[in-house]
Amino acid sequence: MSPEIGTHQLESDTAGDMNFKETELTLALPGESRTLKEMNGGTIGTKRGFLETVDLNLGSPRADCSDKDRNESENDVLTAAKPPAAKAQVVGWPPVRDYRKNAMKSCKYVKVAVDGAPYLRKVNLEMYNSYEQLLSALEDMFSCFTIRNYLNERKMVNGVENVPTYEDKDGDWMMLGDVPWKMFVESCKRLRLMKSSEANGLAPRTPSKCSSTSG
Amino acid sequence: MLRMARSLPEEVLEHVFSFIHSDKDRNAISMVCKSWYEIERWCRRRIFVGNCYAVNPSMVIRRFPEVRSVELKGKPHFADFNLVPDGWGGYVYPWIAAMANAYPWLEEISLKRMVVTDETLELIAKSFKNFKVLVLSSCEGFSTDGLAAIAANCRNLRQLDLRESEVDDPSGHWLSHFPDSFTSLVSLNISCLGSEVNFSALEHLVGRCPNLRTLRLNRAVPLDRLANILRRAPQLVELGAGTYSAELRPDVFSSIAGAFSGCKELKSLSGFWDVVPGYLPAIYPICSSLTSLNLSYATIQSPDLVKLVSQCQSLQRLWVLDYIEDIGLEALAAFCKDLQELRVFPSEPFALEPNVSLTEQGLVSVSEGCLKLHSVLYFCRQMTNDALVTIARNCPKMTRFRLCIIEPRTPDYITLQPLDDGFGAIVEHCKDLRRLSLSGLLTDRVFEYIGTHAKKLEMLSVAFAGDSDLGLHHVLYGCENLRKLEIRDCPFGDKALLANAAKLETMRSLWMSSCSVSFGACKLLGQKMPRLNIEVIDERGPPDSRPESCPVEKLYIYRTLAGPRFDMPGFVWTMDEDSALRFS
Repeated sequence: MSPEIGTHQLESDTAGDMNFKETELTLALPGESRTLKEMNGGTIGTKRGFLETVDLNLGSPRADCSDKDRNESENDVLTAAKPPAAKAQVVGWPPVRDYRKNAMKSCKYVKVAVDGAPYLRKVNLEMYNSYEQLLSALEDMFSCFTIRNYLNERKMVNGVENVPTYEDKDGDWMMLGDVPWKMFVESCKRLRLMKSSEANGLAPRTPSKCSSTSG
Repeated sequence: MLRMARSLPEEVLEHVFSFIHSDKDRNAISMVCKSWYEIERWCRRRIFVGNCYAVNPSMVIRRFPEVRSVELKGKPHFADFNLVPDGWGGYVYPWIAAMANAYPWLEEISLKRMVVTDETLELIAKSFKNFKVLVLSSCEGFSTDGLAAIAANCRNLRQLDLRESEVDDPSGHWLSHFPDSFTSLVSLNISCLGSEVNFSALEHLVGRCPNLRTLRLNRAVPLDRLANILRRAPQLVELGAGTYSAELRPDVFSSIAGAFSGCKELKSLSGFWDVVPGYLPAIYPICSSLTSLNLSYATIQSPDLVKLVSQCQSLQRLWVLDYIEDIGLEALAAFCKDLQELRVFPSEPFALEPNVSLTEQGLVSVSEGCLKLHSVLYFCRQMTNDALVTIARNCPKMTRFRLCIIEPRTPDYITLQPLDDGFGAIVEHCKDLRRLSLSGLLTDRVFEYIGTHAKKLEMLSVAFAGDSDLGLHHVLYGCENLRKLEIRDCPFGDKALLANAAKLETMRSLWMSSCSVSFGACKLLGQKMPRLNIEVIDERGPPDSRPESCPVEKLYIYRTLAGPRFDMPGFVWTMDEDSALRFS
């Protein structure tokens, strides 16, 4: 729902009551402000299920933004992917800084770059138990971008177009899947989903490990 | 009054002003009359810029030509929790470049949440001949190469503090770049560095700096090296140990214990990664004089924590993991009567079930026993309104209260009610409250309490709370001293924001992410409020590719005299008068 922006006057001095009256809202106490709540489309005092906000629903991009649920599904774009073993994680919650999480040694955060994407993400490698889980999470995290770029092709990030690689402790770029998972977690410093054209220079590996459905 | 101002010679006024240090007071002085403004601006030595985009370097330099100390902050606070995408901004280089020309006698630079490059550090190293203090708090973008340049060139360096910064690919050799003739170090904090520093260089450095008071080592300094270092610096007042773990051996133990007991001035301890409890008694002899203890990396359990804490009768500040549990906090309440600040961090923030017995009761105990408690950061998994009311009544002098109930929207676990009344009691009783972070199940009512009572509140953090725009309106309308407001995942939209647009010019900044503020409202604000930068951060692509009513992902609004900035990445759009036209 859009506010009446056209007729809305912004006060430069006394904010508050005047403007609200103009937009036909009352600043009554919560018990009386039924109209306000109804206009907002919310119900009073309902605890929105936490998992609803992280329910991954990355379907086709929706142009229709009118209902409130849109905000929740937009959260999907922002949340880290749901790792299978632990609870679904919301980005930045609980508000514990990375260096503190890393210090507890139960986390290993690495940056993930996708060629062509304007932003980086961080993933916690400790949250996954296999390459398959990690790749699935990366697909979720970057699929929004992929869908937009490869319009009609429903190619996931880890299809033919992108090759998952990582930089190890020695500074070499390797393909995912060569070493056992634990060893990979230990040595991985950062991830990069490379365009396959660029990945040609990397050490060759057995094809069966390339597909996104096997670990 | 005006006659007096004219009759006092400039030198006298300048001398009087030299006793005035706070920015607020100096700003007040400068408003008295033109001549006081002129005198004051020539003798102001310290500048604090809370938002590096609120003003540009040339404006600062033009007004204050003789500055010796600069403090700048960059990214919004929620950047600490990965809510601000990489590349957003906060680059310090333009400031340093401008100051390199204008302030050759600059002595101190303190930066928080800024992007600092090696190039920047090299420029600092060679531009300021009398450079003394470098504090990089939660900064990123530089490597040990930059640090090497600082070490090699800053002959009079007193303080190098890298607290919680992210340093790229560190290697330990930069420390050797301090020349042998360098002896002026007073404070060194390298606790954030990942890899080993050169130990003999470190020991030699510590040994030749007789004024060293603060030394915060990093995790890679092993326990057996600590004794050597301590013996070279028995005058230390603040120590951050490295790893406090080694095979339990009597010779190592007596070496450590001896080294610690030689440090008669120690008041503050931190570090203590990977603690082997058997070595803890080595610090017992100095516990009674400790005023600050940071055990927030120490994975020691409650019995060891109790033994430790109960010997620290002078303790004023404690940072600890929730391994301390309610029982440890009871001990704290019993023995540490001078406690002023408590921070309890979660050992397993993502665990589904509680892994420790830490509840609301722990905090209640501390509030009962520690009458000077005024600063709290507490992570827990359950809370009640009653507990919060008790805490509020016990601590009317509370100034900072940050409660994080780990699961969003958790109600009072006994009554199943929202925690509105509990937080309401906090703001009602704690009249000096300056900083508040909310959590748990909260309706618009808590915001009404806040708007009504929290008159001294300067910073408010809100997540997963409220029902409607009324909530946001209460805060913007009622909190007279609000400077920083950060909100995530709340159902706040356009109405409250537009109705209180003028309020935003009285604040440093507003952050809203995963809320319901529409692109249209952002454009409107941008058009109407030229002294605000309205930044839309949206990783889905240009906001005009979606309907105007579509909520933006993230919104960062801050007042500025510098106009829109030009260093924005592709996913940030400023809503100014021009772009509003461009978008429509």
